[in-house]
Amino acid sequence: MTNLPLQTTWFLPRGELSRLIETLRADGYEVVGPTVDQGAIVYSEIRSTDDLPKGWTETQGPGQYRLERRTDDAYFGFTVGPHSWKKYLFPPLVTVSTAERTPDGWSISDGKNDPPKYAFLGVRACELAAIAVQDRTFLHGPYVDPVYKARRDQAFIIAVNCTQAASTCFCTSMGTGPRCTRGFDLALTELPAGFLVEVGSPAGEALAARLPLVEAAEDHTREAEARRQNAVDQIQRRMDTTGIRDLLLQNLEHPRWSDVAQRCLSCTNCTMVCPTCFCHSVRDVSDLTGDQARRERQWDSCFNLDFSYMNGGPVRNDVRSRYRQWLTHKLASWFDQFDVSGCVGCGRCITWCPVGIDLTEEVAAIRSSDGLQRPPVSPAAT
Amino acid sequence: MSGKPRLAVFKFASCDGCQLSLLDAEDELLAIAGAVEIAYFLEASSRVLPGPYDVTLVEGSITTPHDAERIQEVRRQSKFLMTIGACATSGGIQALRNWASSEEYLRAVYARPEYIRTLSTSTAIADHVKVDFELRGCPINHHQLVEVLSSLIAGRTPRTPNHSVCLDCKRRGTVCVTVAQGIPCIGPVTHAGCGALCPHFDRGCYGCYGPAAQANPSSLNDWWMQHGHAPQQLVPLMRNFNGYAPSFRSESERLERMAATSHSSDQVGGNDK
Ligand code: SF4
Ligand code: SF4
Ligand code: SF4
Repeated sequence: MTNLPLQTTWFLPRGELSRLIETLRADGYEVVGPTVDQGAIVYSEIRSTDDLPKGWTETQGPGQYRLERRTDDAYFGFTVGPHSWKKYLFPPLVTVSTAERTPDGWSISDGKNDPPKYAFLGVRACELAAIAVQDRTFLHGPYVDPVYKARRDQAFIIAVNCTQAASTCFCTSMGTGPRCTRGFDLALTELPAGFLVEVGSPAGEALAARLPLVEAAEDHTREAEARRQNAVDQIQRRMDTTGIRDLLLQNLEHPRWSDVAQRCLSCTNCTMVCPTCFCHSVRDVSDLTGDQARRERQWDSCFNLDFSYMNGGPVRNDVRSRYRQWLTHKLASWFDQFDVSGCVGCGRCITWCPVGIDLTEEVAAIRSSDGLQRPPVSPAAT
Repeated sequence: MSGKPRLAVFKFASCDGCQLSLLDAEDELLAIAGAVEIAYFLEASSRVLPGPYDVTLVEGSITTPHDAERIQEVRRQSKFLMTIGACATSGGIQALRNWASSEEYLRAVYARPEYIRTLSTSTAIADHVKVDFELRGCPINHHQLVEVLSSLIAGRTPRTPNHSVCLDCKRRGTVCVTVAQGIPCIGPVTHAGCGALCPHFDRGCYGCYGPAAQANPSSLNDWWMQHGHAPQQLVPLMRNFNGYAPSFRSESERLERMAATSHSSDQVGGNDK
């Protein structure tokens, strides 16, 4: 991979994975990564390799996820689940400021912003891309979000290359995976005997120097390549992104929006599980006396009726306009705003939609009858 | 008379659980009692003061001719009338009678049914008088009640989000029980308020807070029917504490019609074999 910043490839014997976790913990990191909980592989604190989903995998489809046993005891033999790293970088609820009434007026302070130093273990290629998308939103625009920045600046990222794919994955269509090429400190590829380790940053290099690594043998490299290819080969889902921005923006009155509105519950699940969705709302909460108040920021969603409430009414007053807002933002106006697609092809919104709505199908339906419903150009309009 | 707002709490057909939620708000109760004058609240105090009242909380549904008259008087005495809970807001679990014969129930339950004067329906307060604010839940969430009362005292608009339960599942990191375990859950069409309690304990949502804003229960039920659930099994999910709320009501009636049709076509199929 030519765009890997550093080329050296190492091998970490399987029994030494615990050393990686121990070293990070000793350095003061809170290691977070995949673990089995509530019938799924979620992200949570990892204290030792015992917390990892060893021997577990899953099957996914529209509106369906099932945890399953593997026939081997791979640690990372699964794909992305219901959680994403955004829950650490962009937490669901934060207090951004507090206010107290004093005899001299209001005394206002910033909310507490001293998050732990996170080490993310097991970040997939689509998730690296999603973090890069959120970096643009929270760090690279005119306003830098201090909550995101405090977490992001300290984060140590250990990526894992996928060696299998779920039926909902379409990173190949979005150009985001399955190979991890940038945005990590270390990247692993799991083999039965251990992990191929690639270094992606000076911090990764420094950590690697303290691990019991050996130089990767040629058959390790070859086997890793074959396993990564397996993930590519398993990807079935496609989204044709040719001219996708214009396609959607020129079809704002397409009948498909009404069709999907019949099915969509406007329940917000797709936006909540999406690793790039960043919508939130800010509210002030006071106690009964009105002497203490705090300003809270919470995850919110364009699927909520009240999200577009202004001047006495909601702007997007039906499901059709809310679904259209979501999809056209993700796949079209995101380019105008952030110069990148808002979708990285992780497939979460397909799996975690309670009625299995699949954005790749919605886009395909619009593409197949593109232009049919554009208003005819009136001859009198000149 | 003090300048504090006068609070009254009236009960109609209900279990008292919502009023108890107010008494349950132990941390805030003293502050509430200090901020308002409690003029009428039999569950809390035998002191009864006449109206008018600035803020009236109404618990329970209308199930008797007497209550149908009493609510008119309560309304006349109240500046701001707020319903609390599923009974007052949509008729409650007792609205199941609306699909049954109350005559038959009376005969089955009471030794002397002729002494009972009841209506054949259980209906929401808003079906009888103008309601200024509805606080959902079976029972209501006391944090929301405190939020609404503090807003009214402070003169700001109360905030009780009308989004789905799913949003709260996701905020708290609960894995969807429908997607990961196949448990039918009506959270996607249910109004928030509980903080996604049941899914957190591996149960599907019971719909205690009634339909979410612009809920689409037909799509959810269609999905389950495509995945092996019979319409008749889905009716009880819609007919719970808020079964008579318009969106749940029309959906359970749709499911019943489908069950009737599929039943008769089953019989046809059976005859063919
Ligand atoms: S829109 Fe869907 S597939 Fe795309 S990044 Fe978000 S959750 Fe993943
Ligand atoms: S697309 Fe699916 S997950 Fe998203 S709001 Fe609609 S029903 Fe919910
Ligand atoms: S468990 Fe129920 S309420 Fe929670 S996300 Fe799933 S469908 Fe929605």
